[in-house]
Amino acid sequence: MSFYNDLITHAPAIIIAIPLLFAFATPLIGKINKYVRNAWAFTAVLLSGALAYVLAWEVFKNGGDPNVYVFGGADGTAFDVLSNVRISFYVDGMAAFMGIIMATVAFAAVIYSFSFVKKYTGQDKYYTLILLVLAASFGMVFTGDVFNLFVWFEVSSVAICGLIAFRSNRGESFEGAAKYLIYSTIAGLFLLFAIGLLYGQYGHLNIKYLSSAIGANGSMMVLDKIVLGILITVFSLKAGAVPMHMATPDGYSEAPAPVTAMMVTASQAGLYAVFRTCFTLYGGNIQNSLAQIDLVHAAGYLLVILGVLSMFVGVTLALVQKDIKRLMAYHAISQTGYMLLGVGVGLAVFASGDNTDFAEFGRTAMTGGIFHIFNHALYKGLLFLTAGAIIFKAGTRDLNKMGGLGRDMKMTALFFIIGALSIAGIPPTNGFASKFLIYESVFKFNPVLGAVAMLVSLLTLASFVKVFYAAFMGPKNPEMKTGEVPKSMLVGMAVLAGMIVVFSLLPSLVIGEIVSPAVTSLAGPGPEIGTSLTMFSGQGAWNPLVLLAVLGVTLVIGYVIRMLGQKGTVPKGEGKKPYLFGNPTEVNGMPFVVPASNVYWGFTRALKRYYKPMEKMHSGLINEYVFWFVATAGLVMLALTFL
Amino acid sequence: MKEMSPIVKTITKISFAAIFLFGLYIILHGHLTPGGGFQGGAIIGTLMALYLVAFGAVKWRKKVLSIIESTGLLVFIGTGLLGLTTGYFFFNFIGGTDNPIFGQQLNGGELIGDVAFPSNSAPLLSSGTISIMNMAVGLEVIAALTLIIVTMGLFAFAGSEEGE
Amino acid sequence: MMSEIPYFAVVALIAIGLYIVMFKRNLIKLAMGIVLIETGANLFLITLAYRHGDRLSSPIFTSQIMGGDAAAYSLPTPHALTLTSIVIGVATTALLLAFFMKLYQKFQVSTIDDMRRLRG
Repeated sequence: MSFYNDLITHAPAIIIAIPLLFAFATPLIGKINKYVRNAWAFTAVLLSGALAYVLAWEVFKNGGDPNVYVFGGADGTAFDVLSNVRISFYVDGMAAFMGIIMATVAFAAVIYSFSFVKKYTGQDKYYTLILLVLAASFGMVFTGDVFNLFVWFEVSSVAICGLIAFRSNRGESFEGAAKYLIYSTIAGLFLLFAIGLLYGQYGHLNIKYLSSAIGANGSMMVLDKIVLGILITVFSLKAGAVPMHMATPDGYSEAPAPVTAMMVTASQAGLYAVFRTCFTLYGGNIQNSLAQIDLVHAAGYLLVILGVLSMFVGVTLALVQKDIKRLMAYHAISQTGYMLLGVGVGLAVFASGDNTDFAEFGRTAMTGGIFHIFNHALYKGLLFLTAGAIIFKAGTRDLNKMGGLGRDMKMTALFFIIGALSIAGIPPTNGFASKFLIYESVFKFNPVLGAVAMLVSLLTLASFVKVFYAAFMGPKNPEMKTGEVPKSMLVGMAVLAGMIVVFSLLPSLVIGEIVSPAVTSLAGPGPEIGTSLTMFSGQGAWNPLVLLAVLGVTLVIGYVIRMLGQKGTVPKGEGKKPYLFGNPTEVNGMPFVVPASNVYWGFTRALKRYYKPMEKMHSGLINEYVFWFVATAGLVMLALTFL
Repeated sequence: MKEMSPIVKTITKISFAAIFLFGLYIILHGHLTPGGGFQGGAIIGTLMALYLVAFGAVKWRKKVLSIIESTGLLVFIGTGLLGLTTGYFFFNFIGGTDNPIFGQQLNGGELIGDVAFPSNSAPLLSSGTISIMNMAVGLEVIAALTLIIVTMGLFAFAGSEEGE
Repeated sequence: MMSEIPYFAVVALIAIGLYIVMFKRNLIKLAMGIVLIETGANLFLITLAYRHGDRLSSPIFTSQIMGGDAAAYSLPTPHALTLTSIVIGVATTALLLAFFMKLYQKFQVSTIDDMRRLRG
């Protein structure tokens, strides 16, 4: 038991140390042979992932109480934040929650990689960088020190950009990587500047200390407001919120699929940092300072605005894409909007000084937003992995050139359907469970926001219908390879799909066990959402098991009706041919197929006035993108300073 | 590519040892004076750039460099992990002890908490693990910067990258 | 007044860097702009650390200074931060230049106008 206690005490450091150690040793291990190296990388994600789960288990068991770890000390209890400049890790419910997300997706991504990158050179470097991204994501969520946060932010950017450029036979991957790197480097430098301001003002870098120092005298300085503005903008950029999203699709679409799945979690670390900044860093003295309440309230509204913009712009742009990964990248942006919206509403209500509102729906909105983070990592990771599988087999990423893949890739198609249903929020998936909480609570906050959230879900479904149609249905392109993808890729997808199924069936259990501690560690204790099998949002209730039971009964009734029907009918004409995906489609004897980019022709044409400026905005010129970032940062700072 | 003049080559040859020694000094003395692994490594990396400019693309062993790089990083993380034996991650486990090689001889200084503040004239071997980490970082930075310079330099010279 | 001059330099460096990144089209200039912003941020941290006084010392923890006047040496933490950010800056700059070199090799790209394959 003592070993276990020691393990838990040192877990935050070991979770980071394992990927780092294994990453640095990978080039040496790679000299032996590739199987040993793959096993080595697998061991790293398995060990650190398992430890992340164990640590999270312990943290959740204590209701989200933090596990504080001080680097370089002989004794952690002697740590005093005022007389010490040591780096500390601060793993509370929220950090542990993010940690298990990173662990899960990285596990699936590494298994998937074994077959996916088989034919490329430089795999040693690939696994090194993958492990570095994992370590950086863990570091970003565990750290209790703002400068350390900056360091992990940069490690994450550099490692990710190296991975985006992994496929060096494609020139475009260098372009995407360069854009992503310029964007995140400039954001990182802004972050450094903001940290300098904080240090100059308060003389400390520890988040816990800063949280108690900001607003301690009951007023907010202009400097505090500027720092908050910079931090929100920078971390939203990392999360990929509109209008700082422009380099995100470039990076997502050019990276190898498993890397894209990990980039999703890395961007969620940025989202985590936004929430950390608003709730912990600036929410420390919120009870006794009116100025601070106003500031955080404004920040909540800001998050809501960013969220709505991300949701809408992301999904409308996704609808017109014909590159499958770019389309999914825009969906990632759109889904990020849901989390910003949910938690933004929670923050705005949290800081309104009215506790009844927060108890009534603010907490529900936050729960929905934070639950959506996990769901998003799962289904988006899964969808990017299926996109990788499609590209792996089809040899193209252009939806117009694909078709009929469903006949050979039954498992991939199944995984795709699971992911697509989940992202579109179709009951009984986990995506619906979290979106349900967001709809209901956001509707209470402002009905328009709830309506927009639902509309975006609808458009999401439409766009995935298009992908499914273009990739899996329709006539087969004769140039494509046949057959299912290799086993390891299927296993990688199955891990995530299995998690989605579990989360779909038991949403309230997941919320009670892991999401509630996370919410508690951000916004303080409050009423639970409900730990029975039915999930209560305060306005409504949702139980996937009931829905499944009803579906099952309906199926049985349908089957009985079919049995009772007339026997001995023979299907005629078109009805004789079974549909197996990839059947040639004909109209009047002529082969006929609608290309993917024409599926929503009417929609795009009707919204021509909207799409024209959007196309201009996403010009591909990196300095215009930087201009958008700087302008947004300026606007956010102005808004926070003068409102 | 035209060769560099004898002046450049001779000066490089003469100053090579001096610059190298200076880099080593910065690395090894990093815990006492401003400097440390990165700074010293950068100096030696610059020396490699000078060498490359003067003598052109000689045969560089990239594999050896990448092994050195990994070794440096592993020593760094390993030292941090060894701290777990007696304290926390990155605990300075040989500082403050009477270890004759790296042990912390306070030399008239004082120990505040578990951090030692030696007097102004601290002995060379007084930093515990910090000195080891400086050396590890120095190794890593020398190898990495040389690798960067060589790769980019070869690209500039040949117009194409060498294979893996 | 004299002590505030570095802050003006910080603002100037960051502003020039941002101007370059936002309005210049050459890729190498872009990299230079990023390095300028980085230098500005580093200079800001170093300026924060600077202490004015007669007996200035570099930030090395020794008991003679600790015993005497703790304010006599400039703050060590920002120096450590600056060093870290310089190291990070080296990594990002090297990576960025490597990407630009590869882009030039692939497409003969030297300005961002040619770097527009990914858009929309």
